[in-house]
Amino acid sequence: MDYRPEVISKLSAMFNAGHGTFLKDSPELFNRHREKAFNDFLRLGIPDRKNEAYKYTNLEKFLNYQYQDYFFPLPSDFREAERFHCEVEDLNVWNMVLLNGFFPHGEDGLVMLPGGIWVGSMKAAVRQFPSLVEKHYNRYVEDGTDGLIPLNTALASDGLFLYAPKNTVYTKPIQIVNLLHSDKDIFVQDRNLIIVEEGAQLSLLSCDHSISPRRFLTNTITEVYVGRNARFDIIRVQNQHDNSGKITHTFIHQERDSYASSNNISLHGGLVRNATWHYLGGENSETHSYGLFLADKDQHIANFVKVDHVAPNCNSTQLFKGVLDDNSSGAFNGRIMVHKDAQKTNAYQSNNNIILSDTARMDTKPQLEIYADDVKCSHGATVGQLDENALFYLRSRGIDVHEARLMLMFGFAHEVIKKISIEALRDRIDDLVQKRLRGELSRCASCAVQCN
Amino acid sequence: MKSEFLLQIKDLKASIDNKSIIKGLSLEVKPGEIHAIMGPNGSGKSTLANVLTGRDLVTVTDGSVTFEGRNLLDMSPEERAREGIFLSFQYPIEIPGVSMVNFMKTAINEQRKHRGLEPLSASEFLSQMREKKELVEIDSALTNRSVNEGFSGGEKKKNEIFQMAMLEPRLALLDETDSGLDIDALRIVANGVNKIRSADTSVIVITHYQRLLDYIIPDFVHVMFDGRIVKSAGPELALELEKRGYDWIRKEADIAEESWITDRKL
Repeated sequence: MDYRPEVISKLSAMFNAGHGTFLKDSPELFNRHREKAFNDFLRLGIPDRKNEAYKYTNLEKFLNYQYQDYFFPLPSDFREAERFHCEVEDLNVWNMVLLNGFFPHGEDGLVMLPGGIWVGSMKAAVRQFPSLVEKHYNRYVEDGTDGLIPLNTALASDGLFLYAPKNTVYTKPIQIVNLLHSDKDIFVQDRNLIIVEEGAQLSLLSCDHSISPRRFLTNTITEVYVGRNARFDIIRVQNQHDNSGKITHTFIHQERDSYASSNNISLHGGLVRNATWHYLGGENSETHSYGLFLADKDQHIANFVKVDHVAPNCNSTQLFKGVLDDNSSGAFNGRIMVHKDAQKTNAYQSNNNIILSDTARMDTKPQLEIYADDVKCSHGATVGQLDENALFYLRSRGIDVHEARLMLMFGFAHEVIKKISIEALRDRIDDLVQKRLRGELSRCASCAVQCN
Repeated sequence: MKSEFLLQIKDLKASIDNKSIIKGLSLEVKPGEIHAIMGPNGSGKSTLANVLTGRDLVTVTDGSVTFEGRNLLDMSPEERAREGIFLSFQYPIEIPGVSMVNFMKTAINEQRKHRGLEPLSASEFLSQMREKKELVEIDSALTNRSVNEGFSGGEKKKNEIFQMAMLEPRLALLDETDSGLDIDALRIVANGVNKIRSADTSVIVITHYQRLLDYIIPDFVHVMFDGRIVKSAGPELALELEKRGYDWIRKEADIAEESWITDRKL
């Protein structure tokens, strides 16, 4: 039986009940979009397997569940969250924690970093930069088939705001820790906006953690504007417990001569689905979409990517890899779309997966859609086992079979990690992935909080 | 009591996918000896290397193999390596994402653990790397890369000899290490082998050609045909094979024409 009508009616009740709270405590800009967005959600519904983009991903386990209302955190929640520290050795970052999608400092949560870059809460940003936020908010969101996207617009009240004004450069990565912490089972909606203006440069490390042993579902939208000749990198490290679901929708809009990269490293989490849209709207731009996941037990990890080559002379690459064990499952759905004016496009896509057990499953669907005639595009996908010849080669040098398998898996994964441009971070993620492969990672080593 | 032989193969029979490849082969190697095994394509030379290193695609159906008096066939590939058997692969494998440094460090420390030794410190390991790299004249840039990734054919073979120098085996098997090498690389590879050989270290050189044996002088040359050793003699046999090909041996050994494949290009 279809579980969705009942869930939608519960969400409607939640939306209506929360309406007073939203309207009172949210920026007017957010409220203006809510009603239409919720109607869009009601029209589109919760995506099921009939939706091509969700063909291999079943949301039921995490959507068909009664979460408690959650609109704004209590001050006591923030005090708990302050105990959380993530200090990465040798990785010089500027660090901030979001609790259940909200900034702890709420009203005053916007700071200017050296160099003139602004970071903080969306709520505060709407007040401080009203016309800037209005110009970009909800502008890059697309896909008229996924109801979860308007659902976020209808329900979200806060999130990360990151603003690099024209020609500003911040050399350290900015690290955001998305913390889930609650004594209730909650459905979190956070809304992030990142604006990197002409000639500016910024990199963001976004880490997902869950502290309390509750059921969580997060539905995130991140809109990114990358101006002319600007550069933006985002690296996500997803390490929530397996009773958490994490669904992200990231829209990267690029102007001419710009560069952007996205790298999703998914380690733990019961359901993870990352959808990344890259829109190459101006000539001579470059965009890269990378992803790595390691899944075991009953995890499901899906990556959806769409690269839109709208302008000519742009380059794009996609490299996604997965390692699946036990009963885990994974999906890759990647599309390159070359519009008719996008001549001289170079677009590559590759998806490789290793399956370690008889019961794990991987579905991969690479797609190319080309309307221009002077382009170079390629795509390829593989699903296989560890290379027996390589395994024997390592063993023939005295390396234990178990260790040799780990080395091969790690080598396979490292090809994605090495795309990370920040060396200290690359080493750090190498280390996390090694631990994950060894089954020793339930939390990050430098974290003060014990998960699970 | 310890055997006087490092390696003793007795009436070995082995098959791949139920096809019999080695059909009764015996060979004895004492510490410090160098043996060359020659023979045409398809005579079972590489299969013999696979049996000795424990490759599971080969099934041993009869006979015995002992290494320092212990049953080699009972050991896993990694145990054999830790006991001191090393194979220089005919086709070394590229392993993207696994660094040479990490690979060698893991291999050396697994071997040391097996021998009850502490792991090497980082500086000891690096100085050993440096020393052995010079020995085989291997470019430093290569050892900073992933295992064999993007190496030329000659670089891959030099890398095999480098690994051999690092692991200091008791028995080195060189499976057509000379194929695809130019004369300079051949000399470097042979030098590497000669530098590590000692009263304790034995070498089995598997080759089609005599030319590697100009540099690595064997104590014994064996000719393999159709899964058996059909003739054994001193190093002069290699020269004779170079001149006369394999046909005369086939006749001498009275092997049916159809049962072996000859390489007449020799």
